[in-house]
Amino acid sequence: MAKVLLKGNEALAEAALAAGCRFYSGYPITPQTEILEYLSWRMEDVGGEFIQAESELAGINMVLGAAAAGARALTTSSGPGFSLKQEGISYLVAADLPAVIVDVMRIGTGLGDISQGQGDYWQLTRGGGHGDYRTLVLAPDSVQENADMMAEAFDLAEKYRHPVLIASDAAIGQMIEAVEIPEFIEHDIDKFDWTIKGCKKGTEQRKIQNIYYTHPDYETYLADKYAEMEEQEQRYENIQVEDAELVLVAYGISSRVCREAVEAARAEGLKLGLIRPVTLWPFPVKAFEEAKAAKAFLTVEMNILGQMVDDVKLATCGKYPVDHYGSIFEIPEYDGIIEKAKEMLKKGEV
Amino acid sequence: MRLVAPETVTFTESGFCPGCGHGLAVRLIAEVMEEMGLSEKLLTIVDVACGSLNIDSWRFDTIMAAHGRPIATAVGVKKVRPENPVMAYIGDGAAYSIGLAETMHTALRNDNVVTVVINNSLYGMTGGQCAPTSLPGQITTSTPRGKDTKKAGMPFRVEEAFTGFDIAYLARGSMADARGMIQSKKYLQKAFEKHMNGEGFCLVELLSACPTNLNITPVKSVERIKNDMIPYFPLGEFKDKKEEE
Amino acid sequence: MGKEKTEKVYFNPVRCKGCGYCINACPKETISVSDHVNAKGYNTIVVDEEKCIVCGTCYRVCPDYVFEIR
Repeated sequence: MAKVLLKGNEALAEAALAAGCRFYSGYPITPQTEILEYLSWRMEDVGGEFIQAESELAGINMVLGAAAAGARALTTSSGPGFSLKQEGISYLVAADLPAVIVDVMRIGTGLGDISQGQGDYWQLTRGGGHGDYRTLVLAPDSVQENADMMAEAFDLAEKYRHPVLIASDAAIGQMIEAVEIPEFIEHDIDKFDWTIKGCKKGTEQRKIQNIYYTHPDYETYLADKYAEMEEQEQRYENIQVEDAELVLVAYGISSRVCREAVEAARAEGLKLGLIRPVTLWPFPVKAFEEAKAAKAFLTVEMNILGQMVDDVKLATCGKYPVDHYGSIFEIPEYDGIIEKAKEMLKKGEV
Repeated sequence: MRLVAPETVTFTESGFCPGCGHGLAVRLIAEVMEEMGLSEKLLTIVDVACGSLNIDSWRFDTIMAAHGRPIATAVGVKKVRPENPVMAYIGDGAAYSIGLAETMHTALRNDNVVTVVINNSLYGMTGGQCAPTSLPGQITTSTPRGKDTKKAGMPFRVEEAFTGFDIAYLARGSMADARGMIQSKKYLQKAFEKHMNGEGFCLVELLSACPTNLNITPVKSVERIKNDMIPYFPLGEFKDKKEEE
Repeated sequence: MGKEKTEKVYFNPVRCKGCGYCINACPKETISVSDHVNAKGYNTIVVDEEKCIVCGTCYRVCPDYVFEIR
């Protein structure tokens, strides 16, 4: 398929349809609204169902019903709205249901602001709702990845019968880039036996509820499921990490600036590298094995507290200094990152 | 006259308290499904409250949804499987309190789902707290001195709130005696007929006994429906779109 | 000549929870509490079939599907 110019949010929406998604229910919130607007007409074109729900709560619970009935179901939101979806995400996890939920992140706590940011790392990676759970989180860094990750997200959701989150952000959602939309695939709502379709006499009734009630050995089942996801699904991109003295760790829009920083720093003799987590959970611990020359790590994120720092410390077993270069409202500049890297290396007397 | 409860509900014993109205509502639904030939097609969505026990006491494919959200979940199911009858089965707390937004907007969109609301005038699963349907002066565990309508409002009456919506069907039946059961079954039947005709949102409210949380005998509990509840919750059909046209 | 009564009432005390709805509702007062206590611990009921007119009221008001008319 030829490349077209599309906004990140629109590419994501079109790619969802390509991945066989035929059910969407969402609620407007900036900066994800274009997904909803795009699907409001485009879903009809492909014979799917679009609902502008009365709230994020209703939206996610409609998705739960659609997923239980066998559809590839999608909902999208941002920051404050994503918080409201947590109830439903927790229920999706509890009932072993696949669905894809997109958080086009914005900045700040409470209302925060509609501008670009990466404010929801903790909520995305810790299981933002009640109970103990995690969800797979994919973090695109471009309009193309916004598109490419949709089919992967649905495949993973079905493979594990687990919701998958996409951590997009305002910058990627709003920017326009050339993108190739993946080939359309057909999804069969009767693909799985466990989806509700009507209980034939003499057959086993299908019950979609917390597996705690029904699974004969749910503790082992859950432990194994999470262990398998952690082992199998770590995805990352390492850029000049092997000989790097200082390794940047950044995902999404921030990682794009870090690529520039690595290049510019190396031009002046400073060995920077970049680990780009493509999955935020499971955190790509394996990526850090390559950082053999590293003396320190620096996360670059668009938030104030450095939400990814803890995960980097865990991934490196606390052996190295880990700091955070943060920015809000504006995408970080590469020279600022290099300056911070130099400071860190100086402090460490290296 | 042959009266045998359908196998879809007699295959096991329910976990409901003695005298609980859920068992009655469940049987009516099962009978209607059997008579309409829909027993193998019905998809149900229950709440997390007492009605959730139905997931084990009827043999229909069932989702146990979050508190107050079954109607939204039912909308999702129906959109994906439009050929199947889809029913949300919830209590008055779910439908008229925590899930009122979902109930109203499903009515506003006239989404084609059947909603059965079991109105027992209190929160059953959590131990008998005040509900939007609790009667003036009703003693509950959260109104130990009686429900003060100045603070908590009058009982929520769905017919007053919903008749303005362009929906297919709205009725209220009683499960206090055999006559009420026969009438309630007719309401359910009509709702499912309209549902299968694709006419839109149908809501049937059934007045139900909860002796355990009212702390009275089952028999007094059904007498209370007749003497105390029906004056606030009149029985009948409040919306029947085809007849109006 | 009146139509002969072919159906009769059957009841299954195993399912009974002793709520008394049937006793309260029976128009011919044919149902009463029995001495029998079922496995769940409830005092169940007994039907005087002689007096029963097979009207189905007990079936309709029983939340636990104790009765059948067939």
